[in-house]
Amino acid sequence: MSAAHDDHHHGPAKGISRWLFTTNHKDIGSLYLWFSFAMFLLGGTFAMVIRAELFQPGLQLVDPNFFNQMTTMHGLIMVFGAVMPAFVGLANWMIPMMIGAPDMALPRMNNWSFWILPFAFAMLSSTLLMESGAPNFGWTFYAPLSTTYAPSSVTFFIFAVHIMGASSIMGAINIIATVLNMRAPGMTLMKMPLFVWTWLITAYLLIAVMPVLAGAVTMMLFDIHFGTSFFNAAGGGDPVLFQHVFWFFGHPEVYIMILPAFGVVSAIIPTFARKRLFGYDSMVYATASIAFLSFIVWAHHMFTVGMPIAGELFFMYATMLIAVPTGVKVFNWVATMFRGSMTFETPMLFAIAFVVLFTMGGFTGLMLAITPADFQYHDTYFVVAHFHYVLVPGAVFSIMAAAYYWLPKWTGYMYDERLGKLHFWLSFIGVNVLFFPQHFLGLAGMPRRIPDYALQFADFNWISSIGGFLFGASQLILLFVVIKCIKGGKKATAQVWEGAQGLEWTVASPAPYHTFATPPDPKLIHDQ
Amino acid sequence: MLPKAKLWLALTIAALTTMLSTSLQAAWDLNMPQGVTQISRETYDLHMQILWWCVAIGVVVFGVMLWSIINHRKSKGAVPATFHESTKVEIVWTVIPFVILILMAIPATRVLTEAYDASESELDIQITGYQWRWEYRYLRDDMNEEEVSFFSNMSTSREEINNQLPKQETYLLDVDNPLVIPINKKVRFLLTSNDVIHAWWVPDFAVKKDAIPGFINEMWTIVEEPGVYRGQCAELCGIDHGFMPIVVHALPQDEYDAWYAGQQEQAAATRAAANNTITMDAALAQGEEIYNRTCVACHQAGGTGLAPAFPALAGSSVVTGDLTENLQLVLNGVPGTAMAAYNRMLNPVELASVVTYIRNSFGNSTGDLVQPADVNALLQEAQ
Repeated sequence: MSAAHDDHHHGPAKGISRWLFTTNHKDIGSLYLWFSFAMFLLGGTFAMVIRAELFQPGLQLVDPNFFNQMTTMHGLIMVFGAVMPAFVGLANWMIPMMIGAPDMALPRMNNWSFWILPFAFAMLSSTLLMESGAPNFGWTFYAPLSTTYAPSSVTFFIFAVHIMGASSIMGAINIIATVLNMRAPGMTLMKMPLFVWTWLITAYLLIAVMPVLAGAVTMMLFDIHFGTSFFNAAGGGDPVLFQHVFWFFGHPEVYIMILPAFGVVSAIIPTFARKRLFGYDSMVYATASIAFLSFIVWAHHMFTVGMPIAGELFFMYATMLIAVPTGVKVFNWVATMFRGSMTFETPMLFAIAFVVLFTMGGFTGLMLAITPADFQYHDTYFVVAHFHYVLVPGAVFSIMAAAYYWLPKWTGYMYDERLGKLHFWLSFIGVNVLFFPQHFLGLAGMPRRIPDYALQFADFNWISSIGGFLFGASQLILLFVVIKCIKGGKKATAQVWEGAQGLEWTVASPAPYHTFATPPDPKLIHDQ
Repeated sequence: MLPKAKLWLALTIAALTTMLSTSLQAAWDLNMPQGVTQISRETYDLHMQILWWCVAIGVVVFGVMLWSIINHRKSKGAVPATFHESTKVEIVWTVIPFVILILMAIPATRVLTEAYDASESELDIQITGYQWRWEYRYLRDDMNEEEVSFFSNMSTSREEINNQLPKQETYLLDVDNPLVIPINKKVRFLLTSNDVIHAWWVPDFAVKKDAIPGFINEMWTIVEEPGVYRGQCAELCGIDHGFMPIVVHALPQDEYDAWYAGQQEQAAATRAAANNTITMDAALAQGEEIYNRTCVACHQAGGTGLAPAFPALAGSSVVTGDLTENLQLVLNGVPGTAMAAYNRMLNPVELASVVTYIRNSFGNSTGDLVQPADVNALLQEAQ
């Protein structure tokens, strides 16, 4: 492999085979991102059905069974189909370019980890067309509702989850192998951009917990088909065991969906504040602390199962502790903005909204950690509001911020700033009208996952639904902006953003099909 | 931008004032109820305390941020500062949140310890969750006493849910047989489930716990004010999860005692009635009422069912076939499906009526009239 072995030999293949057989990290990144956007629209459609049914008291559009299928599929598709693949897509595109590597360490496996995903989701979605209907036991699929009492389509769901897990594990292995082995000379660990750091830690979380999820669904499979009783009390099992196993996966999972978001925001805010990130080292340590704590807080999802008081106290204290490293992150972002020289392009708007609204989700998280108070909040719309605040204006906004931030690098053209800002403001207003009233609903006593509700919940529900429709419709603007930007527009420079730093901004826009076939000049690598 | 920001501020304030000024109406409830027990008030205080901490932190953090956004913008000629990393600052913003957390953890631990102390109860009630109803059983000291136990079903009609009748004020929050407890007595609930996991929750008591099949959880309350308190199942438990409300009547001791004695009499009468014979007309009328309360969620109005999980009763080979098999199926349920065993959920008269009803409705015309004695015979056989 000499330097003479140059780009022009290796353009992309033509036609569909480019995408089917590609081992190029940029192509695979694009595949992941498009797939994730498609799933975002599908999961969003399910959410629209939910909000339409909840627009008024009474059953209008769907029956309760289909409603439960919608809440289940919405959760599964958004978590496993929209948010996680989007971050893997960003990792594929950006990590090699950020650390000065020519590609991912394991390019063939990279192709495979993407291409099994469409099959997993085709299988999961196909359950909607089955006679028994789709899974209807919630995305947390608590046994025995998901075993003894499940529709027969549950087996397809189990297989789909296995495939998604395999895809995630392969993706994670690839990212770890790439980051640890393929950094350009001079790119020490403590000079890596935070997006790389957060993804490295996320990848370890994935490898640690996806097998646990696989274990949970395998035990379900055995209970359903092979006569075991892991979760069946009548056979000596324990339904609560399911929850312990599930949440041992599930809690790290929520950090899997938010740590890369921290990385994205830590890249964008310094760029548009034109000021270095205030405390890079502490951000790295805070991320690692959050990842560690994520393993010892799982049972805060289960405060009402009747744990001994010592268990309740341990999980309450451990959960409250997470507020400390999370606080460090938020304070760092604010300190970076303080006395900067800010401009407010679309990525920055999304990043600022992320900091504010994610922090609000953090506040309600802190409230939920207080065990006696959680007895009142648990399984109400307060919880729904909480996790949607961290996942929608949290994780999803950071993905959108990332897309706007790096679109010029990907396409070579500037996106339409006016439309981008329109998309931002409609999303921002929509998401708050959608989720803020749900705090009130939960405090007033509305349980989650119900297709119909008592009359005192009517007003906030219709407001929430209006916000939902607004937010949902606004996402079509994003689709339009991206397509418009791919087709053309103002030429982007290599630097793109005045304040941007990092190796990805040293290559041309659009980034050539192969970048860093020879390592970058170490002088280009900045201290963080 | 600034005039725009002002406009937004004005709009937000306007929206907030509207919301607050109407917050007295039930429909605009913004906050957790304070409830009617000591624990519920302490929980409310904890909730408000942590909320105000969050508001205070939010005001400081977002305040600095807003200040920076307004003043440190390039369009105003701001020049970026170069300060970077400060161990002192980092320590401060690690230690302060930590101290706040300790301040929160102390009262939280105290309230939790109180809420977990279910000892020395004066009345014990076993609560069992079923898809989709609750069973309340008053535990007795003397086993020779008549036992009081009953099922509590939602009494809101399907017509209201399907928008064919106007919805009443207590829409979805009304039951046929409410739980009745005395005030100012420590009542302990022993909670379990017959099928999937449910959760029993009454916000005014700040009592919520999961009902788990095969396991027994305990919780307790001392209600201080007489009244009617409402709640709902909080854990997704299948199709009718949204339709299994909880209603608790808290009565002064003497009224409670009178109610309890009445229940015991009624239980004795029900046992006696199991030896009576019933007429076709009475069976059909009572059967229809029971069907609409108990069976309709799955088997649907008109007995059409919901394929494939919930078979139709109209023209069903079981319902038009052998009577004893049909009775056995209703009494014992079908394991591994949603069809529950009704041998305890309904009394012999009710069972006889509802089976008579389904065998002579929806186009089924077997002409069979089931007598409570037939049901009794099968029940005794099973024992």
